Amino acid sequence: MAGTDIIIHDKKDNVGVVVIEKITPNQDCNCWIMENDDSTKIQSKNEIPLGHKIAMEDLKEGDTIIKYGHDIGKVVKAIKKGEHVHVHNVKTKKW
Amino acid sequence: MEIPKSFLGYKRENGRAGTRNHVIILPVDDISNACAEAVANNIKGTIALPHSYGRLQFGADLELHFRTMIGTGKNPNVAAVIVIGIEPKWTKRIVDAIAKTGKPVEGFSIEGVGDIDTIAKVSKKAQEFSMWASEKQREECPMSDLWISVKCGESDTTSGLASNPTVGNLMEKLEPFGVHLCFGETSELTGAETVCAKRGKTPEAQEKFMKTWNEYNDFILKEATNDLSESQPTAGNIAGGLTTIEEKAFGNFQKIGNLKFIDVLEPAEEPSKGKGLYFMDTSSAAAECVTLQAAGGFNIHLFPTGQGNIIGNPIEPVIKLTANPLTAKTMSEHIDVDVSKILSRQMNLDQAGDELIKATIKVANGRLTCAEALGHKEFVMTKLYRSA
Repeated sequence: MAGTDIIIHDKKDNVGVVVIEKITPNQDCNCWIMENDDSTKIQSKNEIPLGHKIAMEDLKEGDTIIKYGHDIGKVVKAIKKGEHVHVHNVKTKKW
Repeated sequence: MEIPKSFLGYKRENGRAGTRNHVIILPVDDISNACAEAVANNIKGTIALPHSYGRLQFGADLELHFRTMIGTGKNPNVAAVIVIGIEPKWTKRIVDAIAKTGKPVEGFSIEGVGDIDTIAKVSKKAQEFSMWASEKQREECPMSDLWISVKCGESDTTSGLASNPTVGNLMEKLEPFGVHLCFGETSELTGAETVCAKRGKTPEAQEKFMKTWNEYNDFILKEATNDLSESQPTAGNIAGGLTTIEEKAFGNFQKIGNLKFIDVLEPAEEPSKGKGLYFMDTSSAAAECVTLQAAGGFNIHLFPTGQGNIIGNPIEPVIKLTANPLTAKTMSEHIDVDVSKILSRQMNLDQAGDELIKATIKVANGRLTCAEALGHKEFVMTKLYRSA
């Protein structure tokens, strides 16, 4: 059970959330998928702090970010698997 | 865990029960604050609820002002009420409505008397009310006497992952006991609005929710100078890892678990369709939202936070929980329940929900919340538009 670095809400999600104080570049991270109690691994490309998101796959401009199994915004700058996902590369579709 | 069947509350004349036993000094308007505060300073066991409004309001905005004033006085956490206004007419309207609960209430107006004589007169009545209320004893009350409101603040991704779902878990466990439940935050459901609407128990509730949300969204689109990207999410939310309003909304929405809502309430409106979950149309600003929910009759509040919101309310105890281990450490004096072990998977949601139920009952029985011990009593009226 111990040693979870990243939690993913739903198996459809293309981002996960860092749940340790931070992950460092090139860290091999253990991910837990809450919805089906599954696990997976990912290597990080950036330093990412607690609560921030990591891309679980390569994403191109215009792609949709899926979290909780739902649309939470659009990619405005291409993101590579393992990179930090936040306001510098994702924007709301609402306003 | 076996859920307790009762808590120790103050039984009120109208059949409701309080988790607190306040005697409040309620100013009708901004210019009566000084009198109200002077009386509360004179007479121990009373609290003044100063605020910024109550003059030259009109239409729906004035009605909301009255609903908030009256609802605050009627709340079962309040044993007795003194209302002070500059003029007698609006004062009387509030006094008469509160009096229907059967609790002691008396109104005073300042015009033609002045502050000093008013303060002397009101202090005598306040002393009588305070000493009367101090005799009240807690008695065993069924769980269904709990009216629980919820609102999250300074959210981050740990809110959606763990602290909000903990509240959802409590709701799922307590709903069968016949408690009243309330969530709000119209703006912070943006992005999850269609998913939320489907949680309406009836087609009417679903339509009412969409109508409420659409009205809010039209207002935003009309008033916003560019967009809400700096207010929704806030800087604190962004620091905590929340990127968009949609992400915040789906996190927010975890607070209601798998429940369905019966009805959509106006701001500060008291539920009238029996036990269960209600949605109230509120701002997402913490103090405004909790003030409206307290005016709707809710007697205990659950407040999950990520980055550490510190809000309290003068009449409705606010219990704070966090799943963010840094917040739990750096702001421990504000956190009643720490569920950060969910993130390290040393605690599951079921256990966290049980911990929150235990804390809720302790506070219902009289244990001070962190916000109460620290003196937080934010009473913030919602204003719909500028006065005449």
